[in-house]
Amino acid sequence: MDGTEQRETAQAAPSVIDRYYTRWYRADMKGKPCEDHCVLQHSNRICVITLAETHPILQSGRTVKSINYQISNGCSRLNNKVSGKSKRGGQFLTDFAPLCRITCTDETEYTIYSCIRGRLLEVNEDILKRPALLLEKPSTEGYIAVILPKFEESKSITENLLSREEFEEVVSKRAAAQTQPS
Amino acid sequence: MLPLKDKDKPLVQKLLAAGCCARCVLRFCCVGLHAAYRQPCQDSLKELQAFVSDAENGKSEQAAAPEPAEGNSTSHDAAGPNSTEENSTSQDAAGAEASEDPPSKRMKLEQSVSEAQADGASRVCVCCLGILQQLSEHTQAVKIAEAVKAENYEFDSLVLSVSLPAQLCVREHSCWLHVKKEVREKCMTLDKDDVIQVKEAFKWIMQSLIAKELRGVSVVTKSVFEVGVEFTHPETDADCHFLATACPDCFKPTKNKLSVFTRMAVVKALEKIPADKFLKHYPCPPPRPAGSCSFQDVQCLHVAVFVAGRYNKFCRSLPQTPWVIDGERRMESSVEELIAAPILSAFRADGFNFSSSGREDVDVRTLGNGRPFAMELLNPHRSRLSRAEMKQLQEAINKSSDKIRVRDLQIVTREATGRMKEGEEEKTKSYTALVWTQKPVQKDDIAFLDEIKELSIDQKTPLRVLHRRALAVRQRLVHSMSTRLLDPHHFYLSLKTQAGTYIKEFVHGDFGRTKPNLCELLKTDTDILELDVESVDVDWPPAIPE
Repeated sequence: MDGTEQRETAQAAPSVIDRYYTRWYRADMKGKPCEDHCVLQHSNRICVITLAETHPILQSGRTVKSINYQISNGCSRLNNKVSGKSKRGGQFLTDFAPLCRITCTDETEYTIYSCIRGRLLEVNEDILKRPALLLEKPSTEGYIAVILPKFEESKSITENLLSREEFEEVVSKRAAAQTQPS
Repeated sequence: MLPLKDKDKPLVQKLLAAGCCARCVLRFCCVGLHAAYRQPCQDSLKELQAFVSDAENGKSEQAAAPEPAEGNSTSHDAAGPNSTEENSTSQDAAGAEASEDPPSKRMKLEQSVSEAQADGASRVCVCCLGILQQLSEHTQAVKIAEAVKAENYEFDSLVLSVSLPAQLCVREHSCWLHVKKEVREKCMTLDKDDVIQVKEAFKWIMQSLIAKELRGVSVVTKSVFEVGVEFTHPETDADCHFLATACPDCFKPTKNKLSVFTRMAVVKALEKIPADKFLKHYPCPPPRPAGSCSFQDVQCLHVAVFVAGRYNKFCRSLPQTPWVIDGERRMESSVEELIAAPILSAFRADGFNFSSSGREDVDVRTLGNGRPFAMELLNPHRSRLSRAEMKQLQEAINKSSDKIRVRDLQIVTREATGRMKEGEEEKTKSYTALVWTQKPVQKDDIAFLDEIKELSIDQKTPLRVLHRRALAVRQRLVHSMSTRLLDPHHFYLSLKTQAGTYIKEFVHGDFGRTKPNLCELLKTDTDILELDVESVDVDWPPAIPE
């Protein structure tokens, strides 16, 4: 191999997410302040749903007690199964379909939503065994679910979402509002 | 001399009177002697007419009795004297009228025979629509041979294939019903399948003529080179249409067929439809056409040739196959295009299908002995290149681009290409990856990787390919690894793995979906910056010494 050029700092190289995914956000999900979600869309249209860094669960001092994919009596995301290349049998989700409920040790409960229309391919079962993953690596190993949008909707599903710049603007306005005495 | 027996006489009489050509008469007499068809149509007709008039003379003296009975039993008798050339549509009625008039039988027959004699040669056959008349003459063979020559193929044998309009089956069926009784009288065991097919007779006549035109080429029943001739007869296309209402289940519209009236569908419908129902909708014998079939064109097709070899890819911005997203091309070239262009022009092929033992990503190089590949060349106009020519071709490919290199280029059989794919999963592949670590590491921190052998990993289908592969957890073996530290954040990792292992995902973990992964092993985030395939251990195609 011809690796003569040295790569300097650890942060200089773009990460896997930087290279292959586009970040989209939904801020204040369902009007609940700061309940921000992040959608990582791969160039092959597959989407990974994660908590945004700003989500209350990830704020200082919180620990996750449990994660529940049983979103109603009749429906558990853990029962989702897809088969074949065409991913037959996956549950079809709309923007506000709940994916799971996360309870923190202070007994606060948050619902995580799909954010986009598409077929549910898998949910992350690792976070059931290791809830700490959610806090440690919220945008990689602590992901919530993988969704495959319809081919013809792969562009339009992100229309209602915020781009990274727009989201950062929202976050900085939020910070400004908080520091302002009311 | 035509190989006909006395028992053929009523058959010959009836068919000639119905407006069949001499060769169609021979077909219905189940004459299997090729030479009988090869003699000029005119001569055969004269012989048949002589044969029939002998019968007339013979019968007029001694065997008048069975004749009227036969005339009555079949409502559609020989075309009567009333039927003129243009009057083809009223032939049925004319025939029926005539058969009610037994006393004139003899005269009628004589007249009809002489009528056939007068214009039989120039009239288009009601059964073959001219295929076995002017369309199987010498000039036609010349036309076909010229068309083949113009395509400039390299070949030493060919197989002739004929495509006939589907309505010919309807006419054949009508003629069969017309003379079924006489055929059975000739021999009880004869059936419709024993009638010589138009296609067969056409080939018997034409094959030797075409072979003669294409000096030294043998026209055989099996060859890698096929010459297809197609005939149409738009005038009578509607002949088939009544079958669609009579047997609707035989005519289901399909996506890629222009018309539902395919030959297969028509044959199937004719097998199903009862004779009385057929006769209600279609005249028997078939009506006279105004013109003969027209010769469409000659289609030459050479069986595919397979070329195999191994390729190296030295470029990190070259996809293996053309990369198209939303109909828009990404990256200007591809491995398969770079290899295919010189091969296509050497074999003068129309197109190709490329396959290989696995594939690498656009940003991955393939070094070492390279990756086995095979290429199916479609309709090659040249198919035999010597070893020396193949070597020249390989050099031409290698000169054309420095992004790729080809070795072991050779012609292989279709069957042999299967060896490239068989056991693909059991084979081993060697890679070298340039790995980044978040935490700085020292030589000793990574040395333990060199000791790991036969590491079993579980890979969920990588998100990168999940859109086109089924979701599954696949167990793969990393046989061995070795490390070479470059600087505190970078090292080279060489891996020997079971084929089908996703290396990139093993390094970065793919959201924790490959387990264990390098991040876990090194207890720090790791990423893959470069990847090279060092070897693909598939022992096909055989190496060719330089």
